[in-house]
Amino acid sequence: MNKTDALIIGAGPTGLFTAHQLKLIGLDCEIVDNLDKIGGQCIELYPDKPIYDIPAVPECTGEELTNNLISQLKPFDIKFHLSERVEEVKKEDTGWLVKTSSGNSFLTPNVIIAGGVGSFEPRKFAPKECEQFENKSLFYSVKDKNIFKGKTVSIFGGGDSALDWAVELSKDCKINLIHRRDEFRGAHATVDKMQELVKSGKINLFTKYQMANVHGDQRLESIDIKHDNNEIKSLKSDYVLGFFGLIMQLGPIANWGLNLNKKTIEVDTEKFETNQKGIYAVGDICNYPGKLKLILSGFHEGALAARACFKLARPNEKYRFEFTTTSSNLLKRLGKKE
Amino acid sequence: MAKITYITHDNTKYTVEVQNGLTVMEGAVQNNIPGIDADCGGGMACATCHVYVREDWFNKIPKEQDGEDDMLDMAFEPKKNSRLSCQIIVSDEIDGLEVNIPSKQA
Repeated sequence: MNKTDALIIGAGPTGLFTAHQLKLIGLDCEIVDNLDKIGGQCIELYPDKPIYDIPAVPECTGEELTNNLISQLKPFDIKFHLSERVEEVKKEDTGWLVKTSSGNSFLTPNVIIAGGVGSFEPRKFAPKECEQFENKSLFYSVKDKNIFKGKTVSIFGGGDSALDWAVELSKDCKINLIHRRDEFRGAHATVDKMQELVKSGKINLFTKYQMANVHGDQRLESIDIKHDNNEIKSLKSDYVLGFFGLIMQLGPIANWGLNLNKKTIEVDTEKFETNQKGIYAVGDICNYPGKLKLILSGFHEGALAARACFKLARPNEKYRFEFTTTSSNLLKRLGKKE
Repeated sequence: MAKITYITHDNTKYTVEVQNGLTVMEGAVQNNIPGIDADCGGGMACATCHVYVREDWFNKIPKEQDGEDDMLDMAFEPKKNSRLSCQIIVSDEIDGLEVNIPSKQA
């Protein structure tokens, strides 16, 4: 069990700056994120796209913004729990008990949800029948490539993940590569490599086809794929891999007893607290009259939520507002003063 | 102004007037039309404002820009007539456009 003054859900820009604010006023915090890297949407959706409306930063990309926020956290010791999704938030006498998908648990008086539009999850195949084979014969990521050895693997997708795995697994598997159109968006070199393997018969390529159905009893036996012209082809398959990128899902947050409005959480504008005492929502996921989904708004919301956390984490102390330019307390925490 | 008709998966029709210059996605969101999520807010980064456009209209409205088809690879049940509604700009020329909303966005 980890004890902390505040637990932040989401390592996007808002979560990162909220952590900065918590540490600056002398509180501990830890951050959980479902992605395997820090940065949230900035890194996952638009690492290369320039952003023009961060105050005092005329232009920066999502990746640059993330790197700057990370370096702003350098003076502080913050524990990140990546590739973990918060599954449960439960009220205990001593605070909130938070459990993650990897079995970690936290006890904290303050939970700050900085979850953007929810957690990133793999996009799945459309046919309902696919669900019964999920994580048995049908996967959206590869954990152990050895299980595919000598088997027939049908890979769906047109990006780097699909192409990389098609090339890699073609060494000792029979590969079907299926994509909805002729063009691939993966790196040119990988596309060329894949085309070579198609010529030499190592990969069977099916373009303008999509998944139509799956067949099998306990184990997957075959799949049906459907052409743009509605023709159906059956392919013997031991395994299926689907790589259609990630989608944002609200996920378990919906079950925590919070007031939701579509995919957002209602908060007040003093503490950015939800209807549950000690649970806050900041950034794109929160909602209040006049809410703007801007990164700068997330920074403001996080700064105020951090002050609200102080009251619950240090009930016997009084919070004092100070400036980083003059406060020796703050300068010490920032490592600028002995 | 253009009249845009959004047809949901269960065949409910919503016809609304959308101002020129807005996108078909914004027209849906501003009028609370169900089935268009637009998670990324129009950045062509999420494929959750996916619609189908009937062939006669599909050929009439301005072509997709680079990257839209890549993003459509990620959409739920993409078809030949798939578009991202955040990339269709409303103008007098598309007055009367009908788009079909898929059963799900994700």
